[in-house]
Amino acid sequence: MSNEQKSFIKKYKIKKAVIFMWQVFILLFFLILWEVLSKHNIINPFIFSSPSKVVKCIINLYKDNNLFIHIWVTIYETLIAFVIGLVISFLVSIILYLYNTVYKVLDLFLTCLNSLPKVALGPMIIIIAGANTKSIIVMAVLINLIVSIVVITDGFYNTDKIKIKLMNSFGASKYQIVRYLVIPSSYKTIISSFKLSISMSLIGVVSGEFLVSKAGLGYLIIYGTQVFNLDLVISGILLLVIISYILYRVVEYIEKLLLK
Amino acid sequence: MNKLVSVRHISKKYNTLQGEIEAIKDISFDINEGEFIAIVGTSGCGKSTLLSILAKLIKPSDGIVKYNIDNPVIGYMLQEDALFEHYNILDNVLLGLKIKKSLNKENREYVIDLLKKYKLENFMFKKPSELSGGMKQRVSLIRTLAIQPDILFLDEPFSALDFSTRLNVSDDVYKIIKDSGKTTIMVTHDIGEAISMADKVIVLSKCPSVVKNSYYIELDKRDCPTKNRKDKRFNYYYDLIWKDLDNNE
Repeated sequence: MSNEQKSFIKKYKIKKAVIFMWQVFILLFFLILWEVLSKHNIINPFIFSSPSKVVKCIINLYKDNNLFIHIWVTIYETLIAFVIGLVISFLVSIILYLYNTVYKVLDLFLTCLNSLPKVALGPMIIIIAGANTKSIIVMAVLINLIVSIVVITDGFYNTDKIKIKLMNSFGASKYQIVRYLVIPSSYKTIISSFKLSISMSLIGVVSGEFLVSKAGLGYLIIYGTQVFNLDLVISGILLLVIISYILYRVVEYIEKLLLK
Repeated sequence: MNKLVSVRHISKKYNTLQGEIEAIKDISFDINEGEFIAIVGTSGCGKSTLLSILAKLIKPSDGIVKYNIDNPVIGYMLQEDALFEHYNILDNVLLGLKIKKSLNKENREYVIDLLKKYKLENFMFKKPSELSGGMKQRVSLIRTLAIQPDILFLDEPFSALDFSTRLNVSDDVYKIIKDSGKTTIMVTHDIGEAISMADKVIVLSKCPSVVKNSYYIELDKRDCPTKNRKDKRFNYYYDLIWKDLDNNE
């Protein structure tokens, strides 16, 4: 290895370490500041809680055997909504690609539905699907479905026109064009939509749990608010941050594996 | 030579919201078996439209393209190599056969032989991005030949390449075509390319294009295109076609 290469790698590693140290520093600074401000009543400890209280609250949840139940319920609902949303959006996108007139007709409605805050449909979903897990999953599917359809369909329509002409010169049918060209060449777009879809599913699940649930992190947050246990609320929020980060990273890892 | 295709009075109009655009107008000529015809014209004159009509990819507004064989197999090579990055080279070359549902052991061996013949066998399992521009064009032509077409259509096949690669690749492609003995129609805006490769050059006018002139190219010795450019009659044809295009009405 040349000296220039060694120096380049050294610089790269130093930069990476500096970024990591800054991230740890900012996190620690924030937690210590939060703890100190709360302890000295500079911020209201009842409303804003403190890191030590949050840790205690999470330990209590663990001792009561509730912690992993709530985490699991949220993850389970998110994954189900993610898979359902993905399968439906993939199939719908194929139909919208094969039938351009249908796409043109539905484009307006997709745009409207995409900009609609789906939580507004919550009460209706509860009436139709019942006050149970089904409603939560339906809400999460609705939230991730429209975005995924828009992204994947857009990817399909961006297929290289020259390659489509080539397929036509071989006398390919529309289905063959989709099978041999459109789907494989949109592979990156489809995989990239996974990341968007998992985040949207989590948002949908938590929104659903706010409205109707007996377990889950959304339930913890809303229950904590109702009984004025702000330690529980902040614990729920922090757990959600950690879970959404882990889910995102897992999907990102799967994406890298699939794109290899 | 037997007549393979008769092109009679074909015209093509495109309808747009801004009005009707006439791309080509009343074009007639014949294509004989084994002939290499180049169609030359300025950019946007309707050359690719004409080629697409001949290849039956689009229908003419008027006129008729008559093939003297039943169900002719058509091979079409595009301006870009259009290789699929999600397939390796062998799968790319077999694509047309898969689509036509005619992939069998014999065809597969024929394709592998072509890849070997043109020194691409070591790249069979590589992705297109691992090949040079010239190699990609060769693969693209072999993909077109794999379906064993009765007639080959080349739509500005070298326009995406730089000048020196273009000269080398045109030599390679010419050799492959001549080895195969296929009837070939190529459109290009490059006069030199047309004269150095074709037996006959058809010059089109500006849009809506009509046939302005056609020339049988008679060089002292038909060799590879790069050498043909050095033929003493090359400049003679070049000047004639240049004048036709320069005085482009």
